[in-house]
Amino acid sequence: MKNIVKKAVVAIAAVGMLALPGLQAAMADTIKIGAILAVTGPSFLGVPEANTLKMLTDELNARGGLNGNKVELIIKDSGGVPEKAISFAKQLIEEEKVFAIIGPSTSGATMKIKNIAEQSETLLLSCAAAEVIVNPVAKWVFKTPQMDSDAVRKIYMEMNKMNISKIAVVVGNTGFGQAGKGQLLEIAPEYGIDVVISEVYDKAATDLSAVVAKLMANKDIQAVVNWSIVPAQSIIIKNIRQAGWDVPIFQSHGFGNIKFVQAAGDAAEGVIFPAGRLLVADVLPEDNPQKEVLVKYKNDYESKFKEDASTFGGHAYDAFKILCRAIEQVGVDKHKVREAIENMKGFVGTGGVFNFTPENHNGLGLDAFEMMTVKDGKFTLYQK
Amino acid sequence: MELSLFLQYLFAGITYGIIYAIVAIGFNIIYNTTGIINFAQGEFLMLGGMISISLLHFMPLPAAITVAVVITMLVGALIEIVFIRWIENPSVLRMIVITIGISIIIREAALHIWGESVRALPYFIGSAVTSVSILGTKISPQVLIVIGVCSVVVVFLSFFFKFTSIGREMRACAANRRAATLCGINVKNMVTFSFMLSAGIGALAGAVMSPITYSQYDNGTGLAIKGFTVAIMGGLGNSPGAVAAGLMLGIIEAFSISVLPLAFQDAVAIAILLIILFIRPHGLFGSSEAARLKEF
Amino acid sequence: MEFIKRYLPIAGLLGIVIGVQLLTSATDTAYYLTQLTMAAYYSLLIIGLCVLMGYAGQISLGHAGFFAIGGYLSAALTSNDFSAYRETAVMRFMDTAGLLLHRQSLYGEPLLNIQPWPACIIAVVVAIIIAFLLGIPVLKLKGHYLAMATLGFGIIIFRVALAAEFFGEADGISEVPPFQLFPGVSVTGDFSDRVQNYYIAWGLLLLGLVLLLNLIHSRVGRALRSIHGSEEASEAIGVNTARYKLYTFVISAAFAAIAGSFLTHYNGGIGPSEAGVMKSVRYVAIVAVGGMANLWGVLIMGILLNFMSLRGMFGTYDDAVFGVILILIMLFAPQGILSLRIRNIFRTKRNDT
Repeated sequence: MKNIVKKAVVAIAAVGMLALPGLQAAMADTIKIGAILAVTGPSFLGVPEANTLKMLTDELNARGGLNGNKVELIIKDSGGVPEKAISFAKQLIEEEKVFAIIGPSTSGATMKIKNIAEQSETLLLSCAAAEVIVNPVAKWVFKTPQMDSDAVRKIYMEMNKMNISKIAVVVGNTGFGQAGKGQLLEIAPEYGIDVVISEVYDKAATDLSAVVAKLMANKDIQAVVNWSIVPAQSIIIKNIRQAGWDVPIFQSHGFGNIKFVQAAGDAAEGVIFPAGRLLVADVLPEDNPQKEVLVKYKNDYESKFKEDASTFGGHAYDAFKILCRAIEQVGVDKHKVREAIENMKGFVGTGGVFNFTPENHNGLGLDAFEMMTVKDGKFTLYQK
Repeated sequence: MELSLFLQYLFAGITYGIIYAIVAIGFNIIYNTTGIINFAQGEFLMLGGMISISLLHFMPLPAAITVAVVITMLVGALIEIVFIRWIENPSVLRMIVITIGISIIIREAALHIWGESVRALPYFIGSAVTSVSILGTKISPQVLIVIGVCSVVVVFLSFFFKFTSIGREMRACAANRRAATLCGINVKNMVTFSFMLSAGIGALAGAVMSPITYSQYDNGTGLAIKGFTVAIMGGLGNSPGAVAAGLMLGIIEAFSISVLPLAFQDAVAIAILLIILFIRPHGLFGSSEAARLKEF
Repeated sequence: MEFIKRYLPIAGLLGIVIGVQLLTSATDTAYYLTQLTMAAYYSLLIIGLCVLMGYAGQISLGHAGFFAIGGYLSAALTSNDFSAYRETAVMRFMDTAGLLLHRQSLYGEPLLNIQPWPACIIAVVVAIIIAFLLGIPVLKLKGHYLAMATLGFGIIIFRVALAAEFFGEADGISEVPPFQLFPGVSVTGDFSDRVQNYYIAWGLLLLGLVLLLNLIHSRVGRALRSIHGSEEASEAIGVNTARYKLYTFVISAAFAAIAGSFLTHYNGGIGPSEAGVMKSVRYVAIVAVGGMANLWGVLIMGILLNFMSLRGMFGTYDDAVFGVILILIMLFAPQGILSLRIRNIFRTKRNDT
């Protein structure tokens, strides 16, 4: 009998807990924007994204909000875990009744909530790079990072210029690395490039000199493509140079965080990679259409958070601004906003100049990338 | 296989192996005095690296590492005093859960103190591209430093346990706690000291490794799992066994890359461990007699 | 009387389950059911682990591995395309037996999948076989060696899930189809089927609970308790300890695999994090917090902690809160937070068997 009394107490307590958040009913003129970001967890992309979104929301509300409506930002930390992202997506959509969701940061999580967004007709602006997010096109799903396939093409074009035809591909074991590996292998024949060997390394790897030895032993290899978003990518670069191997190293746009350069130290010098122009905002020519946006974002971010701006925060910036611009144009109606985004042309963001179409929910092309390199520990434009 | 390639694999293997061994020895020191496997051992390495990186802003490298080791030793002592000391007759299961809890808390604290970004100490000699040539194979001098420091630690420990009175007293606790108490040894203080020693060694290894492996709030976990694997392989409590098992595992891992995709490297290492456990349930170098005689 | 004592709490729980559903529907807060459904599946694994740890006294730091076997196999078999194998004898046989599903991909290409029912059965049977084969040598180990061996098993599964293309590598498997249990009843994350899925999950959990309660009150349960007390002593009085330990290990693995399979269909996908070491540690921690040999305590903590975590109540402190709860309970209340039935499981002396 005692058991039952105790259980009843537990049940009442549980019910009480359920009822609480119901009191925080939203005010009518608030636009709620949800964000599911990997703030903690193995990928650390969420921090610049969360910072950026908070900064932009404060800025917007200080100016009086969107069309007079206050914007409320709800950030959920998924820890990079898909099952949490699923739970949070449902929570944001049904409970918070958000107008749109920005994120998730990783492709694995985005793919899991793609259907949820479609089904509930909620705008999803992903900050993850993988091509599968927008190909095939889902009506309500957009993404702001540049296309993997375009990055691959940029790299291969450069290789063609350098007469490189046999390469090794090493990728980190995250969704980003996985997607990159797929594109690298698929597009290689178009450019007459032969991927001699491909390896996947752990995101928590501590030393990769053994795999470097394996690559180095293959005398055919003319260049190494190291496609990754995790810090271990810097270890590969170091290990290659320490082994005295002066092979050209190509990185992906996942290298676009100055911390990776610092981690690789002198070994990062001369690494070639495609990335958005944010990294070289200061040295861009004045007539570049992105110059103004980039310099402003970079300065705002860096003065507020005392850390270097990265392209990842830029993806969140683009997602937020695209959404705001669409709402400003057509008002708070999700169907109209969706159409407005789908037909948005010439939007200047940090990732490039976006031109969306109903078939292209990314809106960026090859020209969003610039080939870059590292010189004296800084990113700079790559010039032959 | 060419000699230079062979040597490259070998050096990579020795580097992995000696790192695993040093973590395993950290496990063993505490296990020997308490019967506890401290699952927070990897966090000591992380703390050693992280604290010395932070201190580097204020002092030269040797001082930063020394102070980091001392701070980590204090953390080790604190952990023992707060969480372990007063528990009477804990079961193995309870101690596993408690030390896992401690490791989660240290890791999360580190996440909120230092953030999620990756840091590293600068290379002690030269830079990230400096290398020395041994028999035609180029390796980073830092690798030699890591191997050197870890070897010195191993030798120092064996002398310490054999020839110093405090070392002998710790071994006495390991052999038989009650008898040690009866001989007038303060077993509780010995346990605290074993946590400090283990933390100090972990921190030193973490700092020395940092230029190679980087330091991040969560890089203790992976190392702890590998260290635990090696400690079990070598036979719990058996430090020479840990060194042998560590080198063996490291070298197998390095050479496995030549035939298998890197992605399956860990699975291979663990599969080897499982097979060893099934054939010899007390590790390669552990004695089942000794294990049965242990109080814990 | 014994019968009533055992099943009355179950009836009470059933009442609460229905009550919560009615209440949330009435107050227009049915969205809570999403996380309650997910928490119920995780709790199914956790109560299975509870019997293994609390009653048979065997730690497993690899149970996420069994969950992943269930989830990943279900997902891979129902979502990967097997068109390339359509002419093989096995596939032909399965086709004639109606076990295959022909559908079209988003690009309009034909897809050949296995129906969720056979996929689920295959997944659970595989988990049982692996548990059986693994259990025979592993359960001979004790203490830290057992912990390491089960941890190692979990790591291998995690690595395979992360490295194998068949299991979707780092992204895992997405767009897993619904699992139709009966016509009109399917395991799916669709918003419209939420109430139905809440009852499926909780029905399964209650069923599992009844099974386990019967188990621990049967001969097997008594044998298990004697094993936990002293293996040598129970061997001496003729209890086949190895068999009972293996039996419990396999049952708990099956529970984990079923939970994995159902939750994967409910979520519409699975990722490698479900196989991760931290997940296994979490399950062990919840069992510890609930009181090891206290099925009801473990169940309540399983639901509560998973529910709060899935709702993101701890924000960026999710793991930290978890660690703190874990340590506090283990230090000050090793019998679990709700010591409904006080059992001093940490002492080797036991009188109640």
